[in-house]
Amino acid sequence: MSRAIYITGIGAISAQTEESIFSEKPVIYNSNIFQAISPNFKEYIPAMALRRMSKAIKMGLTAGKIALQDANVELPAAIITGTGEGCKQDTEKFLESMLAQEEELLTPTSFIQSTHNTVGGQIALNLKCTGYNLTYSQENASLESALIDAILLLKEKLSMNSVLVGGVDEISKKITSFGNLNGFLKQGKIDNLGLFSQRSRGTITSEGAFFFNLTTEYNENCYAKIKAVSNFNTDSSSVEISEKIIDFLSRNGLKLKDLDIFFLGKNGDLEQDKIYEELQISIFAESCQLAYKHLAGDFNTVSGFAIWLSCLILKKQEIPAILKLNTVSSTKPKNILIYNFSSNSNHSLILLQKP
Amino acid sequence: MNKGVAVTGMGIISALGNGVEANFKALIDARDGISFPEILITKHTHLPVGEVKISNFNLEKNLLIANDHSYTRAALLGIAAVKEAMKSSGLSEKELLSTGFISGSSVGGMDATEKYYLEYESSKSHHQFIPAQHPGFTTKKISDYHNIKGFTTTISTACSSGANAIMLGARLIKAGELDRVIVGGTDCLTKFTLNGFNSLKILSEEKCKAFDDSRNGLNLGEGAAYLVLEAEHLAKDKKIIGRVLGYGNANDAYHQTASSETGEGAYRAMKDALEVAGIAVEKIDYINAHGTATRNNDLSESNAIKQIYSSKIPDLSSTKAFTGHTLAAAGALEAVFSILSLQKNLIFPNLNFFNPMQESGLLPITELKHKSVNYVLSNSFGFGGNCTSLIFSKNE
Amino acid sequence: MSDLRTELKQSIIEQLNLEELSIEEIDNDDSLFGDGLGLDSIDALELIVLLEKDYGIKLTDPNQGKEIFISINKMAEYIESHRTK
Repeated sequence: MSRAIYITGIGAISAQTEESIFSEKPVIYNSNIFQAISPNFKEYIPAMALRRMSKAIKMGLTAGKIALQDANVELPAAIITGTGEGCKQDTEKFLESMLAQEEELLTPTSFIQSTHNTVGGQIALNLKCTGYNLTYSQENASLESALIDAILLLKEKLSMNSVLVGGVDEISKKITSFGNLNGFLKQGKIDNLGLFSQRSRGTITSEGAFFFNLTTEYNENCYAKIKAVSNFNTDSSSVEISEKIIDFLSRNGLKLKDLDIFFLGKNGDLEQDKIYEELQISIFAESCQLAYKHLAGDFNTVSGFAIWLSCLILKKQEIPAILKLNTVSSTKPKNILIYNFSSNSNHSLILLQKP
Repeated sequence: MNKGVAVTGMGIISALGNGVEANFKALIDARDGISFPEILITKHTHLPVGEVKISNFNLEKNLLIANDHSYTRAALLGIAAVKEAMKSSGLSEKELLSTGFISGSSVGGMDATEKYYLEYESSKSHHQFIPAQHPGFTTKKISDYHNIKGFTTTISTACSSGANAIMLGARLIKAGELDRVIVGGTDCLTKFTLNGFNSLKILSEEKCKAFDDSRNGLNLGEGAAYLVLEAEHLAKDKKIIGRVLGYGNANDAYHQTASSETGEGAYRAMKDALEVAGIAVEKIDYINAHGTATRNNDLSESNAIKQIYSSKIPDLSSTKAFTGHTLAAAGALEAVFSILSLQKNLIFPNLNFFNPMQESGLLPITELKHKSVNYVLSNSFGFGGNCTSLIFSKNE
Repeated sequence: MSDLRTELKQSIIEQLNLEELSIEEIDNDDSLFGDGLGLDSIDALELIVLLEKDYGIKLTDPNQGKEIFISINKMAEYIESHRTK
């Protein structure tokens, strides 16, 4: 009998807040690149440590600490991080100095902090956590990879009772702007709330950090049970994807009709969204369909935003209208399936359940 | 009893050569692969490196992709090593469709980024490399080339990435989540990493001297290595070349780059690996140390080893002087060396060692040694306090 | 109060992201590491580059820094006797 795994603490930093979404007053952005809303980082990080941290480190460490506080955990047994593009700000800084100064007189700080596991390492350093510590960087399946490892870890070690797992990605000036050159980002006038009505190529992007405390011990503050997480690779059609989804659900003892909410990773790109749209009118036609990238932008670990929203939806038993893609309602949401993919063929499924 | 996870194939490319045979030959001849940069274009031509002396063009030619200019060097090295691993395990094209792939990489396609970064805005000619900087891109180029379709992910924990990939693969097989997985790591030399380590003042201008009292830094290297791991029901009809018996990962939680003097993280990683392996510490016949030859690492690692072994320390060597420090690939390269050690009952020498460190007095093996080798412990440590230990055993 | 000392404080604040500190708050004899300013080994490497960039002093052994980066006064004395620019 495999053990049930619960989310008992959540921490999120993104371009929206819990308030903005659940009070139906989403923050509106008129740019294809927009920043996350920063909390007061000083409340979480000592000034001497804060002084050289990039946004990814600040966001990751803070969201991690918020999740732990929320779960009432002082020291997790393990820290597992996902980041698609890592610490871009420091990478960019070191790279630009290296190119401009022609490999002379370089200082090491930004090089040190350019490493992908900087956030995971900094959380460990801040908490003095000597436990298991891993970082995944698998494009848009980075956070999902981290979750898969966390679930495996909790099932392997019965003594392990708290794993901090999360995803983080930041905007950097130059590297993020390259999305304007290769078709990743939409061009021209844009309003994030109008993302799905634009019918054009490209998307909008932002940044954020989403951390969760996972445990096998149920308590009344639990947000959700993580039933399963799966990554798969395919370049194929919505028919084959449907089969994979149905198979995934049945392995977890569920049928399509058991799903209350289908959370889609639509990002407004005309071509890419075709697959989602085919699923919307076929296997998920009867489900309440939600989207989130019009609120938080599209970036590699943004599925963490959907997990965070799902946790709140399950706890509050309330679905903000701003997320809805269809008119099917769900009065007592119990089972939520988060499906995300990107053109690079990483597909991911996350199944959450009301505990 | 813990039988461990079967290794049914392996492949490697490093400064010692292309393929397991070439690498083995260099190891037994005590012939290092350290030279000065020729393929990497850098100002720092005086810094010794472990460079694979095959140009991208020739790598592409060997792999029959000379007309497709979207491969970064780490991907090319990775493809070559995976190819050998698949061949030695006898994997069919059909089997690859359900095979997993877990690859470690620290800087991915940074070689392309640093070449084209300044021209992306003015010219479209290299836009295919815009996403190459991120490690997942390199993994995808390798898995696409070989049409590997199972669970795929990338681990990026700096210099322990490759070792962590092996650990995750073994865990997924043990848990029954995967039946077969190719695991390892790849990193190429880049100006970015060479200058980065240089700015930390931990690159030696000589050939590196791991565990020597006068050691003064590491030599950077490049390479790729992969193992094929298979579940028992698939491996039973195959030649099993070794087993992943134990693994442990811990964090030093001490400093962003430096290791604690006591080697807390390293100690915990080794202890966890021994516990998973279910063997007594005395059983280890050989420790393939991380041994980068920086002042800090070798002291910290010796202290951690001494903490595990209160009396007699097993035969120990660092093979970094052969290959240079290949970052994310290091743990994978050294996994191949560990399996060779088990297969051939040999311990490879720690080159360039003359005087023991004052603090620890640790004496590595300095000449090729023949002895029965049943268990090998291999260490890999990285930035961010990341420490991983793997234990390999014979198939017995 | 020499200009070199003020100049050093200004560059240290900028280079090491100590924006919360003002020049007046750093005493010439305050220890830069440990209990004083609380700098660490990464800062030491930044200071080595600062010596080379601004004063043309090239340290070959990073350990030398330990004897130079004790306080603003010690740093200034070292720079005065070794500067090449």
